[in-house]
Amino acid sequence: MDALHSIIFYILAAIVLASAAFTAFSSNLVHAAFSLLFTFFGLACLYIQLGADFVGVSQVVVYVGGILVLLLFGVMFTGSIAGGITRQTIQTKWSAFILVVLLAVLLPIVYVTPWGVMDSPQNKELTSNVEVIGKLLLTDYLLPFEIASLLLLIALVGAVVIARGEPKAPEPSEDENETAVV
Amino acid sequence: MAVTLEHYLVVSITLFSLGMFIVMTRRNGIRMLMGVELILNSANLNLIAFNRYLPGMDASGNIFAVFVIMLAAAEAAVALAIVLAIFQQFSTIQLDEISSMKH
Repeated sequence: MDALHSIIFYILAAIVLASAAFTAFSSNLVHAAFSLLFTFFGLACLYIQLGADFVGVSQVVVYVGGILVLLLFGVMFTGSIAGGITRQTIQTKWSAFILVVLLAVLLPIVYVTPWGVMDSPQNKELTSNVEVIGKLLLTDYLLPFEIASLLLLIALVGAVVIARGEPKAPEPSEDENETAVV
Repeated sequence: MAVTLEHYLVVSITLFSLGMFIVMTRRNGIRMLMGVELILNSANLNLIAFNRYLPGMDASGNIFAVFVIMLAAAEAAVALAIVLAIFQQFSTIQLDEISSMKH
């Protein structure tokens, strides 16, 4: 059972990391968006493996069904498909070097820190989280819930206002006015 | 060989670095948005992994992750509206060609 758990984790992690790397290094924007789709799906499966079924499903619904579709709309509307690394190569090399250093610093920290967690939470029951999240959202986390709904309303109105552009002013009809004055 | 917390943290850190690489090197507006979404997803993976592996947690980490997803959706909508407005104004979304506010 443990071995099956490990195999599934390694497959999902490989899917997630390979498609994220493809998103980062691909020069075609539509290819990058579609590999991001695989990243999101792999991450949703990882969340479900960690027992977060509600978050996994809302990841698929919101990220894949909402944000990725928005990104594809943006790609199609703005029409720039082939956007390679336009900066000079030296900038890319410096960024890659800095990020490799960051990785080399963070990865040992992960293994050295005593996290104080259970080694394998397999004895912790995997129950459905929907009821627990529902209760907590309306008792302990009520204020963030209400503020988040207000923020979604603001973002909706703001996005429409920003993307609409300048409204055209109505043409003043000068001929009738001048004849009326005279 | 059980899957421990460190496995999930390694995946999360690598996702974060890839997202940072996209944000640092790409100049296309939509590509930078993809990098930001990768960074947010890595943070989500962190939250949910800790929620599972810490003893005695209720679903607080999951709720935090739900809020992060919600905020990422709102931010993606507004950011895409801005990218569209930039495209209407400048006919390009390469962010280093938009320099009309420079001296």
